[in-house]
Amino acid sequence: MIKGKFIDNLPKVYGIYTGGFLVFIILMAIAEQAGMSAKLIGIFFVAFTVLIYALIGWLSRTLQVDAYYVAGRQVPTVFNGMATAADWMSGASFVAMAGGIYFKGYGYMALLVGWTGGYVLVASLLAPYLRKFGCYTVPDFIGTRYGGNLARFSAVIVLTVASFTYVTAQINATGTIASVALDIPFGIAVYVGLASILMCSMLGGMRAVTWTQVAQYIVLIIAYLLPVFWISSKLGAGFFPHFMLADEVARIAELEGQFGFVKNSAADLATVPKGLAGITKAHSSVNATPWAFISLAVCMMAGTASLPHVMMRYFTTPSVRTARRSVGWSLFFIFLLYSSAPMLATLSKLSLIDPTLPTGIIGKTIAEVQAIDWYQNWNQANLMFISDFNGNGTLELNEFFMGGKAVVLATPEIAGLPYVISGLVAAGGMAAAMSTADGLVLAISNALSHDIYYKIINPKAETAKRLIVARVLLVLIGFAGATIAALEIQGILGSVIWAFDFAMSGLFFPLVLGVWWKRANAPGAVAGMLLGLISGTAYLIWVRSGGSGFLGITQLTFGIVGAAVSLVSMIVVSLITAAPDAATQKMVDDVRIPSGKTVLAQK
Amino acid sequence: MSKQEQHWEKTRNLLFITLAIWFVFSIGIFLFGAEMQESNIRPFGYPLTYWFTCQGSLAIFVILIFWFAGRQEKIDDEFGFSEREGDQ
Repeated sequence: MIKGKFIDNLPKVYGIYTGGFLVFIILMAIAEQAGMSAKLIGIFFVAFTVLIYALIGWLSRTLQVDAYYVAGRQVPTVFNGMATAADWMSGASFVAMAGGIYFKGYGYMALLVGWTGGYVLVASLLAPYLRKFGCYTVPDFIGTRYGGNLARFSAVIVLTVASFTYVTAQINATGTIASVALDIPFGIAVYVGLASILMCSMLGGMRAVTWTQVAQYIVLIIAYLLPVFWISSKLGAGFFPHFMLADEVARIAELEGQFGFVKNSAADLATVPKGLAGITKAHSSVNATPWAFISLAVCMMAGTASLPHVMMRYFTTPSVRTARRSVGWSLFFIFLLYSSAPMLATLSKLSLIDPTLPTGIIGKTIAEVQAIDWYQNWNQANLMFISDFNGNGTLELNEFFMGGKAVVLATPEIAGLPYVISGLVAAGGMAAAMSTADGLVLAISNALSHDIYYKIINPKAETAKRLIVARVLLVLIGFAGATIAALEIQGILGSVIWAFDFAMSGLFFPLVLGVWWKRANAPGAVAGMLLGLISGTAYLIWVRSGGSGFLGITQLTFGIVGAAVSLVSMIVVSLITAAPDAATQKMVDDVRIPSGKTVLAQK
Repeated sequence: MSKQEQHWEKTRNLLFITLAIWFVFSIGIFLFGAEMQESNIRPFGYPLTYWFTCQGSLAIFVILIFWFAGRQEKIDDEFGFSEREGDQ
């Protein structure tokens, strides 16, 4: 059959695809030399890549339940690693993370440690065991391990809250990029982004998402690394930035000492457009307390190990062994981008603030900066702003503001790279946001269609009907996400961090203890999920509405409160209620050894 | 002790070792972030804490997962619990 052949030919297929993409970049570069407008190049990059993903989505259409929910469980280790990396690295990683590091330096680098360290927990505590379980969704594991519709339903609630918070941020990111690249208003661009996301996932479910995610990973990693290496060489910082930027990091520290961090008055800040920020913290020195750094890292790590759209990627590997190795490959592919983000932040910051560089703007007169082309473009997009607060006519460090998303998207242009690179970066950001949104929308709609509709409401539903329900839900959730994204309640990075905290509050301990503690039972798990989610959310609302919080736990780390409540209530309630029956204990024993049939297949 | 209990005990010990290494490089060293930053050990010229957050810890996690996977496969093989053709 073609399918079997397709799996064997994966390296060749994606090799040709990568080559084709590189040729496309070169053609665009030639077109730029020949006088093609910047706008047209941007449109070509975004439209061409999105069409390719849609084509892959259409080719992967399926009418089989196994293919729709878990890609037929035949995705090879390395390719699943790439797909997971794309699934994982969202608009937040691609567009916003380097920005966060640019503004806040060391304190925000806790995200790098948190978003990678979590994979150690995934590999050692969860992924291989959930693969052995043989479930379709994460609530499927909770529902079967603990037994009862209430546990299953609670898991769906936590999953929906966490994933939905996350997906609005991703649709926001696709909207931002589409609106900049295609030059359409944000409110419309959000729905253009949504349409592209649905094209990839609707017809083929997990199978389509898997193969588009691999394609998206290739685009996003090229789009991230190429500019980093190029800018580094151009600035004379070295051809391999990761090992050669020590002098630049030291130079930034020197300049920061020279300029100082002047605090703007509230009245001055009120004139800055919403969402823009200036550099307020030192770049490389330890400027956060250990607790602020560690609590953020801990939340991101535990959140990683509880986010269903990541976990379900490991349901698609052929075996337990490959699931385990696949986690390692995922992290390797993520590492390639994450280790480059601080380098990009360094290069971006230096090229803007160093007065001795031709690109530096600090110390120039305000009128001079206002006349720069790229400043005008990004100012128009509401992502860049300068103002002469002290009235001395020159631009100071504290008078320059940027949107977090602009750091990655605008740096190539600021550093004077050809526009083709900016187009490439836009395509990469689009790929990152789309791939994550695909995974998330699918995680929510799969949970609703499989766990709520099929397992609870209508267990007799035939395959065709189940898949129709799944697709209708997919579209509905996508639209709901886009509608909320258009409201722009919270920035991209902020919403993503919240999603991790929600997932950690409700799911981390019920998942881990389901494998590692036989005594855990259904009432305990339900208490853990619901009380964890409720207490975390209550703490978030309290802090957001002006509450002082305690133990230095902020609105970005409220998962610590939720998870602690979840752990305690789960243990206490489990111990005061009856132990799980023998069949459940046997099920846990079976999960713990790789050999034999999956647990669900034995039932 | 049954074969399965022995297997689980070894698996659990491996988990503890893995989590201990994970703890050191994700949490432990950052308790001493300010002290380490002043250190004269400067990988590739970067300040030490800065280097760990942007490269060191990340690379160690990648290696740790592959090492863990290899060890776990050995444990599974030892007790004959590895998957065979036709499983799953």
